[in-house]
Amino acid sequence: MKNEWPLWEVFIRGQHGMSHRHVGSLHAPDAETAVKNARDVYTRRNEGVSIWVVEAKHISATAPGDKGPLFEPSESKVYRHPTFFKIPGEVGHM
Amino acid sequence: MYAQMIKTASTGIKLRADMSDQERAFQDKIDDNIKIEPRDWMPEDYRATLIRQIGQHAHSEVVGQLPEGNWITRAPTLERKMILLAKVQDEAGHGLYLYSAAETLGESRDELMRLLHEGRMKYSSIFNYPTLNWADIGAVGWLVDGAAIVNQVALQRTSYGPYSRAMIRICKEESFHARQGFHAIMKMAFGTREQKRQAQDAVNRLWYPSIMMFGPNDSESTHSEQSMAWKIKVKSNDELRQQFVDQTVPQIEYLGLELPDPNIQWNAEKGHYNFSDPDWSEFFDVIKGNGPCNTDRLNDRVKAWEDGQWVRDGLLAHARKKDARKVAAE
Repeated sequence: MKNEWPLWEVFIRGQHGMSHRHVGSLHAPDAETAVKNARDVYTRRNEGVSIWVVEAKHISATAPGDKGPLFEPSESKVYRHPTFFKIPGEVGHM
Repeated sequence: MYAQMIKTASTGIKLRADMSDQERAFQDKIDDNIKIEPRDWMPEDYRATLIRQIGQHAHSEVVGQLPEGNWITRAPTLERKMILLAKVQDEAGHGLYLYSAAETLGESRDELMRLLHEGRMKYSSIFNYPTLNWADIGAVGWLVDGAAIVNQVALQRTSYGPYSRAMIRICKEESFHARQGFHAIMKMAFGTREQKRQAQDAVNRLWYPSIMMFGPNDSESTHSEQSMAWKIKVKSNDELRQQFVDQTVPQIEYLGLELPDPNIQWNAEKGHYNFSDPDWSEFFDVIKGNGPCNTDRLNDRVKAWEDGQWVRDGLLAHARKKDARKVAAE
């Protein structure tokens, strides 16, 4: 399978002011064709105003098994949210 | 449906007591409706069954372009031609979303293509029937895509994340397919006597192949228990078929066409329509490769793949040359 086109991940900005979001992937020989194909495959119904593509092999990711150590510590830090602090009513809006 | 007769890669359903800790944790996630994502641990049989099902589903989308592509140049108006082009283009896109989902399980798209072209993977039996006239194109959109939607709406809740997301996207687009088909057939059903006759003929011919799309009766479908437990399959063949019949019969009546099966009758007690079983021997025969168009469809696919080889190779060689030049310049 060495002549298979590489895999690209596609990110689309849905509307102005929003960030790009992962929508799927596709195969293409190079970045330029990947953008063209992404336009045909993922924006046939006004889904976007801008496209990013990145070759899948360049993406690094967290491992599913690390979910606990990485993300659980923030669950116990309720003081990071503004609602943790009760502000007396007479202070007004803060 | 678009995936029929998928043999689950396991021997019967695994009981909780026989599961390893890892398998039990996996089943708990599924029971809690937590999606399985590509890099999560999964039983090998779950992976293998999904590859078969998603792969066959993808092949159906791509082969499904052939009976319709046949009519693009012969559409009755420019508007209908543009609509049909858009639909056929969507089918290519749907195939691509699904191949991408299969790829997250470690099976390459080229490998799936090879299995299809060698006749070792199937696509839906429905695409082995011919589209003889323009009414058939309307009926295919309305009935075949209509049946596909019933199946795919259920599959939006499937346990594998990438498959579920592909289904959500596909369902949005598929609804255009069914409506444009109904609209085309409505035009004929309400048209001249000859147009109405053609509409009736298309419905008569495509009715049984459409209800066959859901696969054999549940009593014959021996492999689905484990797939249901894994939520790879969400509803049974008969449940989906009944749902399709219930939603389609009033539409046929609205068009003023005769019902294609004399046994279709409202059953107030069940709250569903009664209907006849299709001829299952025909279904198994088509699956085996003896349908009216099996040979043509596969030959067309193989030809498209082989004729495109030099384009794929050329573009890749060009991309590699550009890369090498860039490296040399740095």
